[in-house]
Amino acid sequence: MTMKRLLVYLSAYKKESILAPLFKMLEASFELLVPLVMADIIDVGVAGRDQGYVLLMGAVLVLLGVVGLVSSVTAQYYAAKAATGFGRRLRQDLFVHINAFSYTEIDRIGTPTLLTRITSDVNLVQNGVNMVLRLFLRSPFIVFGSMIMAFTVDGKAALIFVAVIPLLSAVVFGIMLITMPYYSKAQKQLDGILRRVRENLTGVRVIRAFNRQQDEIAEFTDCVKELRHTQSFVGKISALLNPLTCVLINLGLVAVLWIGGDQVNTGRLQQGEVVALVNYMSQILVELVKLANLIILLTRSMACAKRIAAVLETEPSMTEGNGNFSGGPRAPRVIMEDVSFTYAGAGDAALEHISFRAGRRETVGVIGGTGSGKTTLVNLIARFYDATEGGVLIDGMDVKRYPFARLREKVGVVPQKAVLFSGTIRENMQWGKADATDEEIGAALAAAQAKEIVEGKEDGLDTRILQGGRNLSGGQRQRLTIARALVKKPEILILDDSASALDFATDARLRRAIRDLGWDTTVFLVSQRISTVRNADRILVMDDGRLVGDGTHEELYETCQVYREICLSQMDQKEVSAS
Amino acid sequence: MRKKQAGTVRRVLQAIRRYRFSVVLSILFAAASVVLTLYAPILTGRAVDQILGPGRVDFEALKKIIFEFLIVVAATAIAQWIMNILNNRIAYRVVQDVRCEAFSHLARLPVGYIDAHGHGDIVSRIVTDIDQFSDGLLMGFSQLFTGVVTIFGTLFFMLFTNWQITVVVVVITPLSLFVAKFIAKHTYEMAKLQSETRGELTSFVNEMIGSQKIVKAFGHEAENIETFCEINDRLAEHSLRATFYSSLTNPSTRFVNGLVYAGVGIAGAIAAIHGMLTVGQLTMFLSYANQYTKPFNEISGVITELQTALASAARVFALIDEPEMKAEPENMPALTETDGRVDIEDVAFSYTPDQNLITDLNLHVEPGQRVAIVGPTGCGKSTIINLLMRFYDADSGDIRVSGHSIYEITRHSLREHYGMVLQETWLKSGTIRENIAYGKPDASEEEIVRAAKEAHAHSFIKRMPKGYDTELAEDGGNLSGGQKQLLCIARVMLSLPPMLILDEATSSIDTRTEIRIQRAFTKMMQGRTSFIVAHRLSTIREADVILVMKDGHIIEQGTHQSLLAKNGFYAELYNSQFELS
Repeated sequence: MTMKRLLVYLSAYKKESILAPLFKMLEASFELLVPLVMADIIDVGVAGRDQGYVLLMGAVLVLLGVVGLVSSVTAQYYAAKAATGFGRRLRQDLFVHINAFSYTEIDRIGTPTLLTRITSDVNLVQNGVNMVLRLFLRSPFIVFGSMIMAFTVDGKAALIFVAVIPLLSAVVFGIMLITMPYYSKAQKQLDGILRRVRENLTGVRVIRAFNRQQDEIAEFTDCVKELRHTQSFVGKISALLNPLTCVLINLGLVAVLWIGGDQVNTGRLQQGEVVALVNYMSQILVELVKLANLIILLTRSMACAKRIAAVLETEPSMTEGNGNFSGGPRAPRVIMEDVSFTYAGAGDAALEHISFRAGRRETVGVIGGTGSGKTTLVNLIARFYDATEGGVLIDGMDVKRYPFARLREKVGVVPQKAVLFSGTIRENMQWGKADATDEEIGAALAAAQAKEIVEGKEDGLDTRILQGGRNLSGGQRQRLTIARALVKKPEILILDDSASALDFATDARLRRAIRDLGWDTTVFLVSQRISTVRNADRILVMDDGRLVGDGTHEELYETCQVYREICLSQMDQKEVSAS
Repeated sequence: MRKKQAGTVRRVLQAIRRYRFSVVLSILFAAASVVLTLYAPILTGRAVDQILGPGRVDFEALKKIIFEFLIVVAATAIAQWIMNILNNRIAYRVVQDVRCEAFSHLARLPVGYIDAHGHGDIVSRIVTDIDQFSDGLLMGFSQLFTGVVTIFGTLFFMLFTNWQITVVVVVITPLSLFVAKFIAKHTYEMAKLQSETRGELTSFVNEMIGSQKIVKAFGHEAENIETFCEINDRLAEHSLRATFYSSLTNPSTRFVNGLVYAGVGIAGAIAAIHGMLTVGQLTMFLSYANQYTKPFNEISGVITELQTALASAARVFALIDEPEMKAEPENMPALTETDGRVDIEDVAFSYTPDQNLITDLNLHVEPGQRVAIVGPTGCGKSTIINLLMRFYDADSGDIRVSGHSIYEITRHSLREHYGMVLQETWLKSGTIRENIAYGKPDASEEEIVRAAKEAHAHSFIKRMPKGYDTELAEDGGNLSGGQKQLLCIARVMLSLPPMLILDEATSSIDTRTEIRIQRAFTKMMQGRTSFIVAHRLSTIREADVILVMKDGHIIEQGTHQSLLAKNGFYAELYNSQFELS
């Protein structure tokens, strides 16, 4: 099943995937002929003192080499082409597929996992495809080919091959099977060491504040020692591989010489043919070791392939709507009707029976503790998740009926985490509106209190932002992400706790600017700070997934217990009622 | 450059010095195994010479040769096995030694080094680079050694048997080197191109999938797919070339081998016709011809590997050689008792020499006072913590605790007198119990529970699946921000030193937890000198001294009332939070 899912990507390279192993087998066949030609040189050329024959057969050897080289290079080319083409298509499909995921799938699978799937996992699978095309036919072909060729030389001597090959395989694969679990154990221990180093770096202040450096060193030393023990143990086993196989092959050789001697003595074999048998015997070992390595690589690629297939098999849970009805100007901008929502896989509902309406030009504050459902609430408006029950309407139409593009155009979101992308400030600002002019960007920057950031830079809007916005402070990043959302002049603007890194003064100026935007906007201000929401037209108070208050600051302070508590934890009574 | 490499080599030699006996043994056994391996074909050849034709097989001689052959085989196997074991032993022990040394060094490095360097970089030096250097260097060295011995041994045995054929082999060999060099050069260039493009793709994917939610929020998927495909197509093209070129090595090697084989075959057969060589000796030459080019290819591979290994070693030793903190003299007195009085006098400090951050910092804190530090982000609030705890040393000026200069007492004893709760809550992977007892590993069960109760953490801990024995993921991944903060408070609560440094969390803690944390803080601060990086108004107002910082200076200092009356920066900050519009 898994393999089938991925094999599709190889189907465009059918020709290459068939030709590569075929040419490989061709090369192997030529290689298998060499000892026979050599046997003839000895038995016919040397024994018959025929110099011309020797030269002729010598030329044949060179020719075999050239033909072998040509077919092998051809095979390598086809294998590389099929494998890299396979990788390209798989990677592309995976990226497109991930882009179709909704928040639900991203949460469930997790970003780090998605990243390794599309990078190192695909690379390993691509590598596996390449090696399979090249070696999977060649190595067994040489191993068994040698045996069959031995039979063509002499049936009795060939029986030695029948005995040696299984024994050799048992040693090679046996050692591989025994050591594999220990290698993965060692890898786990190494991960533990990595974690400890990282932990000691991030926690350097705490560790030193508690004077625990020596204990940390002792613990680390123990971990390193454990790893060494595992490695030494497995090392001792794999150290047996070379000597054991060498002994086996040479015992085979001894048998070939002894039985061969007997056959020559009775005239059933010639001297050169014994040499051919010796040559076949030594060919086996190299290929068996290659095969063992190939199998290790293959098991790893298979595991990766499975993980990739799992991602590809995950279907996006959200479908796009195609409605184009636009509610009359009198419909409230946002309506939530008895909305409940449960995160996939979670036991308890994150939101329960939420109903509210928000009008055009209204500023709505959303306040509540962590985990109370504030972010979840606004995420439903932007349809990052679908409500489990009830309906979310924008301009009178259910959000599920909107095409994604329309919806994204209407709703501007400034998420908690201020993320900017590498590129110029202008490019970042144009994320919301691809053709935004410098004037439009300038206006958005001004409203977001971010004008000074750009003006402070030598290159203005062309200033490059490093990946993750590393060359900006947290506050600067936040203001720029706000500006980015403002550029497209959204009808609904959601600020999800996105001013936390701003000092009080800037925060206040920002709120004022947002209230005075030049177009009709419904603003949702999510915050933990009373000061941020208290001047909103209305405030929604969230507690444990329920909407426990909906009104102005004054109303809520009088009537809503939770709101009052929040207020009191942040300022004293005199100030609260001072309004 | 060369000199630097020589320095690295010297350090590597120092690292393996302890195992020099094993190294010498390993070299001896390697030489033995190579010589014996090369001797085996000679015996095979001799055996073939006893099998001439019908009725012309000398079974007595054959028996003797086979007996000798078996002994040689057994000896080879044993020599190989001992060599393998010795090599493993050296490699793994060197890794262990260097890793522990590097890690212990971390504990002696100034915090400034760790702040200034990417953690990923340091981690990869201690984890990946050390492995690479040990694998590459020790394995590389043993391969190089056996390779060279094989080449010379083969030449010697061949010359000993028949010099004319040896000449044929020696003449064809350079071809192999030439081919290998050609391929290596192209492979290197292509591989470089491939890994660059791969890096480009990875960094794009990291950025975009890493922030997929924002990509979706802005409906930017189509543009991203377009960019991705463009890079991906380039990558496929570069990978095709890189894969193809690198896969040429084996066929070409086999081809050159085939040529040597054919050359030896023709020359040997002709020599045999003229009676200069027996068929058995020809067999020996053929089996040498089969293996002869192998060490050449290995050696060229080993040299690149050795270079990477040396580069890794250089990175590891660079970390180990980073200057440590100034060692404390043996007789450095310890701070034994303190009343909590802290004086900061004329302190100047900067992280980078050309940029002044703190200048002329003066502050006198009476025992038991609460000091609130406020100001916009980046104004230097956390720098004060760094200086008080001696994570960094002041450039000039002095800080005194109960009259003792903190630069004249041991760091250990100074830190013992401080309890610290930072905004970035750090927890160790381990159980909750271990984390609370972090500052006092021998604490009793009652003490731990009492501390947890006082930090208002007991109730949520009890609700965890395994209570105090619940294992925390790295950095408390399975806890909420507030819970982590409470555990950090419990950790300090257990030992409760006479002076406190607290950094209030700004966000992501719900109201009820916040109230608990504040209560816990208040409880801790009773009768203790405390420095609080404050974000909450109530904390600020209850402080005995408020330090208002801006751009690394204390621009105002006083109580809430006096600062409001002054109508300066503090008043502006305060009013902006609570202004009514």
